[in-house]
Amino acid sequence: MTNFAETLGKFRLSANDKTSFVAVLFCFTLLAAMGNLLIPEGSALHVSTYTITLLGKYLCFALLALSVDVIWGYCGILSLGQGAFFALGGYGMGMYLMRQIGDRGVYGNPILPDFMVFLNWSELPWFWLGFDQFWFAMLMAVFVPGLLAFVFGWLAFRSRVTGVYLSIMTQALTYALLLAFFRNEMGFGGNNGLTDFKDILGFDLQSDTTRVVLFMITAAILAAAYVLSRMIMDSRFGRVLLTIRDAESRARFIGFKTERYQVALFVYSAILAAMAGIMYVPQVGIINPGEFAPLNSIEIVVWVAVGGRGTLYGAVIGALLVNYAKTRFTAVLPDGWLFALGALFVYVTIFLPQGLVGWVNKRFKSQEAAA
Amino acid sequence: MGVTLNRFNRIYHQFVHCVILALALTAGGLAYGQQTPDDNLTPLFASLSQARLSKVAAILEEIERVGGDTVLPLFETMLNGDLYYYEDQPQRLVKAVRNADRDYDIYDIFSGEALGTESRQSIDKIKVNNRLRRQLRQAISRINLNSSDATVRLKAVNNMFGGVDEDTVSLLEDRQKIENDKAVLNALFQTLALFRLQHSDDDQERIAAIEILSGHLDPMVRNELTSLLEKEDGQYIEQNPELIAAAEKSLREIKSRLSIFRGIEQLFFGLSMGSVFLLAAIGLAITFGVMGVINMAHGEMMMLGAYTAYVVQQVLPNYIEYSILIAIPASFLVAGLVGVAIERGIIQFLKGRPLETLLATFGVSLILQQAVRSIFSPLNRQVVTPEWLSGSLEINSALSITYNRLYILLFALLVFAAVQLVMKYTSLGLNVRAVSQNRSMAKAMGIKTEWVDAMTFGLGSGIAGVAGVALSQLTNVGPNLGQAYIIDSFMVVVFGGVGNLLGTVVGGFTLGIANKFLEPATGAVMAKILILIFIILFIQRRPKGLFPQKGRAAND
Repeated sequence: MTNFAETLGKFRLSANDKTSFVAVLFCFTLLAAMGNLLIPEGSALHVSTYTITLLGKYLCFALLALSVDVIWGYCGILSLGQGAFFALGGYGMGMYLMRQIGDRGVYGNPILPDFMVFLNWSELPWFWLGFDQFWFAMLMAVFVPGLLAFVFGWLAFRSRVTGVYLSIMTQALTYALLLAFFRNEMGFGGNNGLTDFKDILGFDLQSDTTRVVLFMITAAILAAAYVLSRMIMDSRFGRVLLTIRDAESRARFIGFKTERYQVALFVYSAILAAMAGIMYVPQVGIINPGEFAPLNSIEIVVWVAVGGRGTLYGAVIGALLVNYAKTRFTAVLPDGWLFALGALFVYVTIFLPQGLVGWVNKRFKSQEAAA
Repeated sequence: MGVTLNRFNRIYHQFVHCVILALALTAGGLAYGQQTPDDNLTPLFASLSQARLSKVAAILEEIERVGGDTVLPLFETMLNGDLYYYEDQPQRLVKAVRNADRDYDIYDIFSGEALGTESRQSIDKIKVNNRLRRQLRQAISRINLNSSDATVRLKAVNNMFGGVDEDTVSLLEDRQKIENDKAVLNALFQTLALFRLQHSDDDQERIAAIEILSGHLDPMVRNELTSLLEKEDGQYIEQNPELIAAAEKSLREIKSRLSIFRGIEQLFFGLSMGSVFLLAAIGLAITFGVMGVINMAHGEMMMLGAYTAYVVQQVLPNYIEYSILIAIPASFLVAGLVGVAIERGIIQFLKGRPLETLLATFGVSLILQQAVRSIFSPLNRQVVTPEWLSGSLEINSALSITYNRLYILLFALLVFAAVQLVMKYTSLGLNVRAVSQNRSMAKAMGIKTEWVDAMTFGLGSGIAGVAGVALSQLTNVGPNLGQAYIIDSFMVVVFGGVGNLLGTVVGGFTLGIANKFLEPATGAVMAKILILIFIILFIQRRPKGLFPQKGRAAND
């Protein structure tokens, strides 16, 4: 146990600056990618495409966790609707990929996606227009969640809806979207969602190379998001955020327009979540309304809580660990996963209020003091 | 002492005797009321079973003449084709119904008493054809129409509404002349009016009929009037402009009455939905509103309550009718104890950290869901609805109210009243309010805040359990039962104003009614989405809900 704590402790020291986080992530990504592309199948060191996709998924979740940590850890805003922004970003990417299918769908309609043909729609709804252009789709996939976060955040923070109320409202938001996207009339594929994607920018989504490239892009985005978030938190802006987190009223009395900081951060966080969604969909190959489920959003919060909030890298570690555990657990004991997850919620909140990272830090400090 | 006992004994015996006597009298009275037929009928019965089909009509007339209204059950049995006779005793007529073993269950026609079973060989059916069926139907109507009981007459007339033919119309007209009960007379007028509207050639008579039928809610009247107003090439097929005007006026009247009843129905549905919201939210209003604890496992408390109702029915399969009455206290105890355990085991360590409480209780909800899934299987379980809760209250042909929704509405109000009483007039309630207003001051006054917390949480959870029993009568009981309601309940509490039980009631009913009135225009899902958006916007405007808590305790 001590050894484990020590190793993690070293990691803590090195991870406190941006370069080492990026370096670790870079090495990890490069090794995995080379393991897939350069080392032949059958070798013990070969990394299967399945694993690459799984790792890519984990990195998306890590980015998502980062987006929660930014607002929860640094500004005390517990969003239980982060999954909504993630899913909206995912739908943006999904719509682009749908349009790329072209006439290769089951019904062979060059313009309309299969589900619209199935619903007897004669033409593309207006909000699908332009999604065949990659740049436009990506812009929208970030803009729409950002706009939603701006409107919601502006309304909420201006009226000083904070704390538990805000959490419940964000949950209601994602629940409303869940119900809406389940409707066939919405034009987003109803409860089947969007799937059967063929290629992205002309590259076959099933090929190993595309998978590895997507995985590497995800890692790059995560690294960039981490560096940017760290820079924001180290800036004057970030210090104001901490003030708001610790004493909102005082910050306001000093003269800060707290709601502006909160809204800006909320939008930033939503955009990070949307990017995670954008990268998630081509790797997993499907997006459906289930992503809006309130449970998903709460699970993200638990990743952050397990890792340790207010550290950025804690969120990344938490997301990776919990999701790895989930993959292993559901394979061996599918019924046990909810028990384990539930117990994890309870255990972490009661015994590890600062998460794994906080626990390690404490151990490390006490060791330092002892030495 | 001995004397008193003796006296008591004597009184007791007298009492028992009285009861037995009363029972005997009632039984005798019942037997008398069943009107066993005349002995004069027996030979007629014998000829009925032996006669050729062509002669039966005359025999039936004779039976009616001799037996009067006592032969009604006989005619009804014959009309249904259940009338049989014993091959060796042709005068003995019985009702026989084929059972699962391909034998016949025998019943006495007049008393309905079961007389055992017979094989196919020993009994024979008395055959009926369409002509006889018509005759029987007429005879039955005639007997009912001339019954001395006004309610029987009214029912008979209402049954004939829209089904009158040339033969029965004279019966109705005869009755109309001598009828003195207002309701029956009214029904007679309307029934005859519909007949005239359908069949009369005299336009004046039809206009009069339309006027009589104005505002009648039966769909047959509506259809008749609509078909009268049918157009061909933009022109009315009907020629008489007076008739058209009368029909249009009457139809307008009907439509406006219908829309009123539809409104009432919607209001009831809204109230019913609101009562479900209220039931789900009352417990939350206590734990969240009064204690300030976010219990995400609240929905699972309802689920536990619903499963308790299921278990009670499994344990007592012979008492389904009363199982709900047992399930209500049982589920209160089960959910309440689980609630106390959660409070003692988890929540007390997270005082003052509401967001952490939220996460921890969410973990508990996952564990409870999975536990139920492992114990009872992930499939939905069926909780049987007792007889007295099923069926519906028919007010008229446009409006009927199902009993289970009505009872749940009343139950929700009852639960609310009980909670109010506990909060206002018991020492527990006083302590709870004191702790919620100022914890440290309450503690200084000697209130055991820890104990109060546990009890409050137990009370809130227990009420959620009771709500689960009510829900088990409306929806499927499955592991996800609670999840479906948790967001709604939070919305109700937040909308009504945290810490205000009355606000929860107003919030619950407002949201329920708004939901139901939106539904026809937007569909159920869209209505729900709109309501959610409305609440999100509303909370931005008034962050403390409809009825904000006033005073210093409300400020942080």
